[in-house]
Amino acid sequence: MKVDFSAVVIGVSAGGFQALHTLLPLFPKAFPSPVIVVQHRMAGEDDFFIDSLNNKSRLTVKEAEEKEEIRPGTAYIAPGGYHLLVEKDHTFSLSVDEPVCYARPSIDVLFETAARVYGSHLVGIILTGANSDGSNGIKTIKQGSGLTIAQDPETAEVNLMPLSAIATHCIDFILPLEEIPSFLTNLVEDTHDNS
Amino acid sequence: MNNEEIEINILLNAIQLKYGYDFTQYADASLTRRIHKSLADSGYNRISEMITPLIHDKEFFNVFLNNLTVNVTEMFRDPPFFHNLREKVIPYLKTFPFIKVWSVGVATGEEVYSLAILLKEEGLYDKALIYATDFNDTVLEAAQKGIYPAQSIKTSTRNYQKSGGKHSFATYYHADYDSVIFDRALKKNIVFANHNLATDGVFGEMNLILCRNVLIYFNRELQDRVLKLFHDSLRTNGFLCLGTRETIDFSTVVDAFVPIKKRLRIFQKKRDQTQEISDEG
Ligand SMILES: C[S@@+](CC[C@H](N)C(=O)[O-])C[C@H]1O[C@@H](n2cnc3c(N)ncnc32)[C@H](O)[C@@H]1O
Repeated sequence: MKVDFSAVVIGVSAGGFQALHTLLPLFPKAFPSPVIVVQHRMAGEDDFFIDSLNNKSRLTVKEAEEKEEIRPGTAYIAPGGYHLLVEKDHTFSLSVDEPVCYARPSIDVLFETAARVYGSHLVGIILTGANSDGSNGIKTIKQGSGLTIAQDPETAEVNLMPLSAIATHCIDFILPLEEIPSFLTNLVEDTHDNS
Repeated sequence: MNNEEIEINILLNAIQLKYGYDFTQYADASLTRRIHKSLADSGYNRISEMITPLIHDKEFFNVFLNNLTVNVTEMFRDPPFFHNLREKVIPYLKTFPFIKVWSVGVATGEEVYSLAILLKEEGLYDKALIYATDFNDTVLEAAQKGIYPAQSIKTSTRNYQKSGGKHSFATYYHADYDSVIFDRALKKNIVFANHNLATDGVFGEMNLILCRNVLIYFNRELQDRVLKLFHDSLRTNGFLCLGTRETIDFSTVVDAFVPIKKRLRIFQKKRDQTQEISDEG
């Protein structure tokens, strides 16, 4: 199989602190695409959370900033209290629109705007959570021929969010958390071998 | 350009020609999302189908406009910001016999009432003139009324306390069954007015400008226009306050400002850039 992707978007909610601390450090430094994360949490918890992830990861982990250019080798975390959107010119924008599924940032908002920009070159991943946010986003990514992954609900701290994503019938792969980064890296390498 | 982009382009042009509202320099992703929301509500299948009712039916346009712009707000939003406004900016403003304040993009008014309460507690209200502007008449009307749903008062009170409020918050409003009405006296020195940042001009000689969570909806060019407008509207040493995730870093007037509290986006205008340029020339 070969997939050429330009961005990875990840949605995670309850249990996310632990899940991201497991997942992000497993990405290689030279991972060739940006990783963009919406984690549901309270505004104001941002600094500690992001510093801690950055210290443990080979990717640069930082908060996504308004109008910032989206670059590979970096994991961007949506700021608390704002929706994170992807613009056509590959920059971020923020909004304070009403919460979606009680959440701001919302996974659906990130996924839907990213799908519009990256189309089939997008990978969308749903991890642990007690919410159905992200399921609509997964549908949109699939409609745009992107690739979709759900964390194996068995391995999720809270299985509701991956189960809800899987119930859309738009999930391509169900994987344990630890296997996701190597799975993605292999996809990229396959692509490069074939081209 | 794909079909959807073409449709949005024509739709925005139609709105501009008919009503004068210019959305062409808004950040794309949010605007597109909002247009799709209107489309879903309208029952039409394509964005271009909304152009006819938009032009011919004022009521359809009003609903569309309210849908397009984001009016979500709350009292004392970001309490640490209001706390720092009180501690860092107010003492300086107290040295003036009279101050002018501009609260831009006030939406339904929560922000300007927060400001009014703060000025009152600091003994500045009676020597202040506050302009509260937005480009949406529907929200401005609501702002002028100062009546909010009762369930919002819990957040408001909590924010007020966290922001360093000095009294019991309940002294500022009157609670009805399902709404709270803010004290009329808070409105005495507030002038509500329609002002469009994309097309209208300077408000002169301000000591303080608050424009929070409005610039995030604009593209860089429009952000730059607006920041220049604020620069020109401020007195030297006047203060500019933006939303906590907004930036002046990309703007051509960035050098004219010094951060007073960078994290909370409180800036002070240090010098007049136009003057500076003509000095050099
Ligand atoms: C999210 S609200 C911000 C409310 C408040 N300042 C806050 O931070 O809570 C954004 C407001 O900006 C207004 N707005 C959007 N575009 C504008 C423009 N071109 N000129 C003036 N106001 C505008 C909208 O009508 C809306 O009321």
